[in-house]
Amino acid sequence: MELILALAIGVLGGSGVWLLMRPRTFQLIIGLSLLSYAVNLFIFSMGRFPIGAPPILEPGSSGDPATFADPLPQSLVLTAIVIGFATTALFLVVMLAARGLTGGDHVDGRPPR
Amino acid sequence: MPDTLYLIAAVLLPFLGALVAAALPQSARLEAWLAGAVALLTLVMVILAYSSTAAGRIPRVEFAWVPELGLSFVLRMDGLAAAFAMMVSAIGFLIVLYARYYMSQDDPIPRFFAFLLAFMGSMMGLVLSGNLIQLVFFWELTSLFSFLLIGYWQNNAAARDGARMALTVTAGGGLALFAGMLVLGHVVGSYDLDVVLSSGDAIRAHPLYLPALILILLGAMTKSAQFPFHFWLPHAMAAPTPVSAYLHSATLVKAGIFLMARLWPVMAGTDAWFWILCPVGLMTLLLGAYVAIFQHDMKALLAYSTISHLGLITLLLGLNSDLAMVAAVFHTMNHATFKASLFMAAGIIDHETGTRDIRRLSGLNESMPFTARLALVAAAAMAGVPLLNGFISKEMFFAEALTAANIPIMMRVILPVAATIAGIFAVTYSLRFIHGAFFGPETDDLPKRPHEPPQFMRVPVEILVFTCMVVGILPSATIGPLLDIAVRSILGDATPEYSLAVWHGFNLPLVMSLVALAGGVALYRLLYRHLNAGIDGTPLLSGLDGRRVFDQVMVFLSWRFARAAERLMATDRLQMQLRLMVCIAFLAATLALLPHGLTAGEVKLTPVDPVVALMWLMGGACAVAAAYQAKYHRFAAVMLLGGAGLVTSLTFVWFSAPDLAVTQLLVEIVSGVLLLLGLRWLPRRIEIAGSGELLARLRRLRDFAIAVAAGAGLTAISYATMTRASPDGISRHFLERAYTEGGGTNVVNVILVDFRGFDTMGEIVVLGIVALTVFALLRRFRPAPESVGVPDQQQGEARDWLAIPAVTMRLLFPVIVAVAIYLLLRGHDQPGGGFAAGLMLAIGILLQYMAGGTRWVEDHLRVLPLRWMGVGLLLAAGTGAAAIAFGRPFLTSYFAYADLGVLGKLPLATAVIFDLGVFALVFGATVLILIALAHQSVRSQRAAPPPPPEAYARAGED
Repeated sequence: MELILALAIGVLGGSGVWLLMRPRTFQLIIGLSLLSYAVNLFIFSMGRFPIGAPPILEPGSSGDPATFADPLPQSLVLTAIVIGFATTALFLVVMLAARGLTGGDHVDGRPPR
Repeated sequence: MPDTLYLIAAVLLPFLGALVAAALPQSARLEAWLAGAVALLTLVMVILAYSSTAAGRIPRVEFAWVPELGLSFVLRMDGLAAAFAMMVSAIGFLIVLYARYYMSQDDPIPRFFAFLLAFMGSMMGLVLSGNLIQLVFFWELTSLFSFLLIGYWQNNAAARDGARMALTVTAGGGLALFAGMLVLGHVVGSYDLDVVLSSGDAIRAHPLYLPALILILLGAMTKSAQFPFHFWLPHAMAAPTPVSAYLHSATLVKAGIFLMARLWPVMAGTDAWFWILCPVGLMTLLLGAYVAIFQHDMKALLAYSTISHLGLITLLLGLNSDLAMVAAVFHTMNHATFKASLFMAAGIIDHETGTRDIRRLSGLNESMPFTARLALVAAAAMAGVPLLNGFISKEMFFAEALTAANIPIMMRVILPVAATIAGIFAVTYSLRFIHGAFFGPETDDLPKRPHEPPQFMRVPVEILVFTCMVVGILPSATIGPLLDIAVRSILGDATPEYSLAVWHGFNLPLVMSLVALAGGVALYRLLYRHLNAGIDGTPLLSGLDGRRVFDQVMVFLSWRFARAAERLMATDRLQMQLRLMVCIAFLAATLALLPHGLTAGEVKLTPVDPVVALMWLMGGACAVAAAYQAKYHRFAAVMLLGGAGLVTSLTFVWFSAPDLAVTQLLVEIVSGVLLLLGLRWLPRRIEIAGSGELLARLRRLRDFAIAVAAGAGLTAISYATMTRASPDGISRHFLERAYTEGGGTNVVNVILVDFRGFDTMGEIVVLGIVALTVFALLRRFRPAPESVGVPDQQQGEARDWLAIPAVTMRLLFPVIVAVAIYLLLRGHDQPGGGFAAGLMLAIGILLQYMAGGTRWVEDHLRVLPLRWMGVGLLLAAGTGAAAIAFGRPFLTSYFAYADLGVLGKLPLATAVIFDLGVFALVFGATVLILIALAHQSVRSQRAAPPPPPEAYARAGED
């Protein structure tokens, strides 16, 4: 199972990195989104994979890390998802503004000579 | 101890005064009174503290500053500090009085006095410092405030340039000084001045002595305008005259002298000290005096004469002789008095006639006789005429030039000759100043009709000139005690016998003085015709222009060098930057792993579940396909991206992270819609089969290799980490306390809204800022001309294709709202929470926009996203602040359960209210972004002007 997740992170990250180096703004946005999946999964995997471990406490009790899902990477990833959404929105709008201003969709505003 | 209080007040008062002055309204005309009162009070404080110093104690006060580094803030007043503090505050007071009449009502007066007082406070802090680092701090403050003062007339280009040059030179020297002080502190082992002053032998014997000396003297010589750093001083004359009178007589330029005198006991006495300071001082003395003769601007003349006198003092300090040290301190005081009065006189002339050009001025003796007399006496003191203070210290200089021991033979010949020549030059330029302006026929070719200035404008000059005379006639009765205590604080028991008498008999120094007087008059007569011809520039030295060199250096550093470095090391191409970033990250990770290798851990692997394997087969395929399609098939890429996101979300479900799964799913929907809304404005791109030249293909191949390497690296690191046991981190803390102290069973939610509430607050603020930025950017959005028209999908019968989904979406709206509220309320105990609920509600609204179109929705339902965001922020911050009202830290939460009978128990932690704020903000921000994007299609668009043809994207090129 670990190997599957590691491969998934690698494939998502590799596809993201490939797109980061492309010349079109839209490719860049897709690439950043893919990369953020990879990073989120990586952070999440720091909690390891206790399958079937409950994430929610019983009322009135305090949890034991051995039996419960690790909440710390989860809250970090939750934050990361929301911020990732915000950056995607921002990049998208910057991309549109650049498109309107330069007439093209090259990341540098115009293709290199 | 009251005297320590006086010390603190002497430094603090000017700064407080500056703050108050800065806050005064322009019209009040109070600031001069305030500044005068502050300066006078500071002087009183200095005198009160001095009474202790005079009685043999050294007032000292110490505060912890950065105790971890052994730094404390120390104020102390020994004799030398007292002498300088007295000069700074007394002349400061006279300057304020003078400036009250000099400054025009049209200038921003409060700013002027605020800067002046702040500068005065910096000088006080500098001279009273008992700690090396603190001294450097105030040193740089004086550079900063002198910059502001010199550039006071900020719409004058000369003032700006002069201020910048002064700042560059003096603050640059200040950096050298800082380094030097660090070395010195390292050598001594303490930054405390008392400790430093008592370890002279250790300092001089240390191998780091020379570097420390050079660095510190660089600081002193730049500040005191020593050759070759002298060029900034004449350009600083673009300042208002009171500023020049203050900075260039008693304060700024004397800071370097003060520093050299301060460290004289521990750093002087070596060959290095002599060979640096003597030649530099000598050169400055002669050069300044010579150039001063040929200046036509009265202030420029005084500026070069100041340079010359500073050179004289530096030379005296460099002689390594105790008597020369006495002469140096004495001349510093004398120069401050006569130079301040001369600057003021020049300012009066400028103020009353409208010009400072000696070539235009003439015969002012008739129209302003009092000023003429005052200037005459002050200039005579500058020239070294007997019975004035300048004479006595100059005699001491001549005597030292003749008798200085321990110096090479060559210097013994050069010094007296050079001293006499400098004396001749001094007489010549003093004569020029007086004769050129006040004597000769009266002229009416002046911008204003000259007349005497207001009485009180003259008073500061009168006081200073009176001081010159009294000190000149009765030196030991007036300045004697202060000079004595200042000198003793430097030389201690080694203080030599010296005599302040006016008459020492007919000796060689007197002969030198007489030669200088006669020679000066003769030289003036000789040059009279040349000077009045009005030729600009200095004979013999016209090629020597410090300013040009400075400008060239600045152009080289800030333009050519910067450009060359940029060409060499930078690229403005994003692809290249990102490629480098990825490669560097990869290299950094590889380097970090090299010593240890990267092996799998030893934890027992969890068994493979075929469902997960299948899921990620699809997820991976989606990711790769999205990467492949993003160029030509954007719509497909968005869908494929969603596929990868969905699989990620399912993975979260699989591994017990319901909150993440919900949020990921919702974000996936919202950002998918966002991207779709954006697609319309992008240029059409048609795939060209088999595109690309060889070079482009090679580039792609290289990028592919990088991407594969990065992916493989990520896999390897992830695998290595996942196969190791996770350490017992702070998760235990959260798990154990989530219910008992946070009152919620959903640990993730409790972490977000309670334990780490402050982080979440920061996050929602970021989200709000992003939404506002998006909104602002889109307000000015101009689409490219080719995408202005209505797209095919919105024309003809295609419009009705969504009829049935639209009905469903409308019916779903109340359900979605209910789900959102449900998610919000149960968030503390069950998966859900503010983020998820906010996104959910936003999706509800979004569906309505998709179903009914922008106009229809806004006719029926007005969402005011900005209000939602505002309310959300207020709720979140208010909940946090409420904790303060109960005496708890910001964002402490309180919880209880409310029994709602049939409906069950409702958790009522204050964190829920915080979560409500998060909900409102997330909802508002998301809707704001979506609506702003959606409205682009509704607004009547003004297309951007067509860009140059080469900017259009060419399909196929990569």
